[in-house]
Amino acid sequence: MAVKTLTINGEQYSAQEGESVLSVCRQNKIPIPTLCHLEGLSTVGACRLCLVQIEGIPKLLPACTTKVEEGMVITTSNQKLDKYRRMIVALLASEGNHVCAVCVANNHCELQDLAYEVGLVRVRYPYLFPKKSLDATHKEYVMDHNRCVLCTRCVRVCDEVEGAHVWDVAGRGIDCEIVTGLDYSWGSSQTCTECGKCVMVCPTGALFEKGVTVSEMEKKKDFLKYIITARQKREWVAFTNE
Amino acid sequence: MTLEDLQDLAEQERERQDQKKHRVLFCSAAGCASCGADKVSAALKAKVKEHALDKECEVIGTGCMGLCGEGPLVKVQSDDTMYRNVDVRTAEKIVESHIVNGKKVDAHVCDTNVPFFTSQTRIVLENCGRTNSESIDEYVAAEGYAGLAKALTEMQPADVIEEVRKSGLRGRGGAGYSTGLKWGIVRKAHGEQKYVVCNADEGDPGAFMDRSVLEGDPHRVLEGMAIAGYAVGAQQGYIYCRAEYPLAIERLKLAIKQAEKAGLLGNRILESQFNFRIDIRIGAGAFVCGEETALLASIEGKRGNPRPRPPFPSEKGLWGMPTVINNVETYANVAPIIRKGSDWFAGIGTEKSKGTKVFALAGNIRNTGLIEVPMGIPLRTIIFDIGGGTPDGTEFKAAQTGGPSGGCIPADQLDLPVDYESLMKVGSIMGSGGLIVMDSTSRMVEVAKFFMQFCMDESCGKCIPCRVGTRHIYGLLDKISKKKATQDDMVLLEELCMMVKETSLCGLGQSAPNPVLSTLRFFRHEYEQLLQPVETFEGEPGIVVDFEK
Ligand SMILES: Cc1cc2nc3c(=O)[nH]c(=O)nc-3n(C[C@H](O)[C@H](O)[C@H](O)COP(=O)(O)O)c2cc1C
Ligand code: SF4
Ligand code: SF4
Ligand code: FES
Repeated sequence: MAVKTLTINGEQYSAQEGESVLSVCRQNKIPIPTLCHLEGLSTVGACRLCLVQIEGIPKLLPACTTKVEEGMVITTSNQKLDKYRRMIVALLASEGNHVCAVCVANNHCELQDLAYEVGLVRVRYPYLFPKKSLDATHKEYVMDHNRCVLCTRCVRVCDEVEGAHVWDVAGRGIDCEIVTGLDYSWGSSQTCTECGKCVMVCPTGALFEKGVTVSEMEKKKDFLKYIITARQKREWVAFTNE
Repeated sequence: MTLEDLQDLAEQERERQDQKKHRVLFCSAAGCASCGADKVSAALKAKVKEHALDKECEVIGTGCMGLCGEGPLVKVQSDDTMYRNVDVRTAEKIVESHIVNGKKVDAHVCDTNVPFFTSQTRIVLENCGRTNSESIDEYVAAEGYAGLAKALTEMQPADVIEEVRKSGLRGRGGAGYSTGLKWGIVRKAHGEQKYVVCNADEGDPGAFMDRSVLEGDPHRVLEGMAIAGYAVGAQQGYIYCRAEYPLAIERLKLAIKQAEKAGLLGNRILESQFNFRIDIRIGAGAFVCGEETALLASIEGKRGNPRPRPPFPSEKGLWGMPTVINNVETYANVAPIIRKGSDWFAGIGTEKSKGTKVFALAGNIRNTGLIEVPMGIPLRTIIFDIGGGTPDGTEFKAAQTGGPSGGCIPADQLDLPVDYESLMKVGSIMGSGGLIVMDSTSRMVEVAKFFMQFCMDESCGKCIPCRVGTRHIYGLLDKISKKKATQDDMVLLEELCMMVKETSLCGLGQSAPNPVLSTLRFFRHEYEQLLQPVETFEGEPGIVVDFEK
């Protein structure tokens, strides 16, 4: 496969043809915040946190969906990009009902990590306090819509890795919500295999195991790499949770 | 059907029409239909029958005649007399007096020698108001399918693309990308299959340009798509039409059936090696499904969500195959370009914007309706000559183009030529052709709020900036309009607008702030008048959110 050379933040790097800008950055320890992206799932370019500036292209492009090209000149961080990232996380915080102090995922939450990473200290938008429900009908797990950031990781892992397609998105705009089946309760789902993959890939405390309390819900995501490697290379390699 | 058969059919139909002493046309498009055109047509037909005139006089429903505000409209084609505000009684009189005795019904005669009609140039709408919308014979008699025949018999696919490129035709769905270049990319792209898709989703509030073409002259769209199919090497086309257009869907279905029967669609079209079929897909009326990648997802049976581009549909479109996607009006221009040549088309319009554009005139304007004007026409001509200016002499304030993705053009820019680049320069866009006129009574913050609410409601919710950002922009506009906002809110508003514009995934979010940014640019004082003079902090409801670990 052909090697491409590109410039990121003024430094030269080489990359494989077909690789994403995000993957090159990750390999070279160049930080880019992400939320919807998860190694092993399809990319959707939805959260817009990974937007980068590429010389000669008038629009900002998501690093996760943009393939490297020879001679690309990329900026991953500048005043504008950093500000927009802070604003995106602030919008997320204002959209849901995120009360960290009582959350099962407190201290193990990607939304918290992101707020820290982008330097969010104050949310200037009014909190919307949406009326959201909680579905505890499943015998193992709970879905709390108050904490959902609509990253659709659960939708994708269930469809693409588990092959069950229990989840999907319903509604439009600010009223979007993740639904089970055709908006039935999770407990009544005929397709859910109870594998728990959705719970593990969920970045927040929206999906969690029954029985955990504040700060106890740690998400283990290595199983994805394990399954993907096993499927693609027929190799059984253990990964430790990072 | 062979080329000769097609020419014979055209000849026979023209003779048939010549034998009729009178052709009485009534407008059967949406505007007139909504104010009683069906009763008018029934009355016309009944009277013709009563006077036993069936042989020499036919009554025909046509596409939009343009002056929608004064409908129902009726036209006596033999002496080109147009009647306006026709009710049942007038319809009866038209037959009794005009047809039988040759005496016009003066009270309802509409003068067509006025700028509304004379300043227009009709290409897309050339058959609207002239031919029977449900007859393939009449379309063929008006040189229909001659463009397809010419392409198939005299031109190589590459010649067709070159002809369209040279004509300077640009997409009429909003962005204005060169149609010839787009087709060229699809032709060169690799794929076992290729597709031709027609975007008939027309979701801008108040827009009805595409609807008029689909209802009034459906074969023109089919012909344009078939030519595109031949040019790029596709055998299958889809028309994605919104469910709110049942008449358009019905007419399209009929037209497809007629064309298949005549051998103008299907296998071995005009006895050539070219096969092309067209199917209709019906959308459920989400604005975002007009965005091309969302539209393609919807045709595939998925949720109509946009996806990031690249890859563009020209390379990876429907089911991953190279796909041409164009707007209704774009396809409607194709057949005349092939028939009359690119030089003819390129002779109309400006250097970079060729041909004509159809606009739906609405708002505070005397002549509301559907018009087609050459590109580059000054805005002033459209509004004051064609549109007749604002009613009751109120003062013109601004014109809005491009709907929820566009902007306002203030009075001091009235001499602006209407073309893609000039509109962009003043912060608006050509859009698909909605043109709303506002007079001094319009409040610009309310206008911005209206469009923002539309975008907020229609956002698909996939990306955060648009899903949440439009909600907060709307909230801020609401706060300003209720005189509860301060200068700080203005800062927040402008910051959010720029952010949503630059970071949203698809065109909906990227253009949603335009109505706000453009009213801020020209009417900032209207916002500022509504602000609280000093910071009156009412204390937003707060919760404890521990975002710092
Ligand atoms: C939110 C949104 C809505 C759109 N709606 C329409 C529409 O209703 N009709 C249309 O032709 N194009 C619409 N477009 C533009 C299409 O994405 C696409 O550019 C167009 O169909 C291409 O055809 P053209 O090159 O002939 O203009 C829309 C774009 C966006 C972002
Ligand atoms: S439940 Fe979790 S994984 Fe699913 S969309 Fe919401 S935040 Fe993402
Ligand atoms: S910009 Fe709006 S409509 Fe487009 S993908 Fe994002 S949320 Fe959906
Ligand atoms: S991580 Fe790239 S858009 Fe979400």
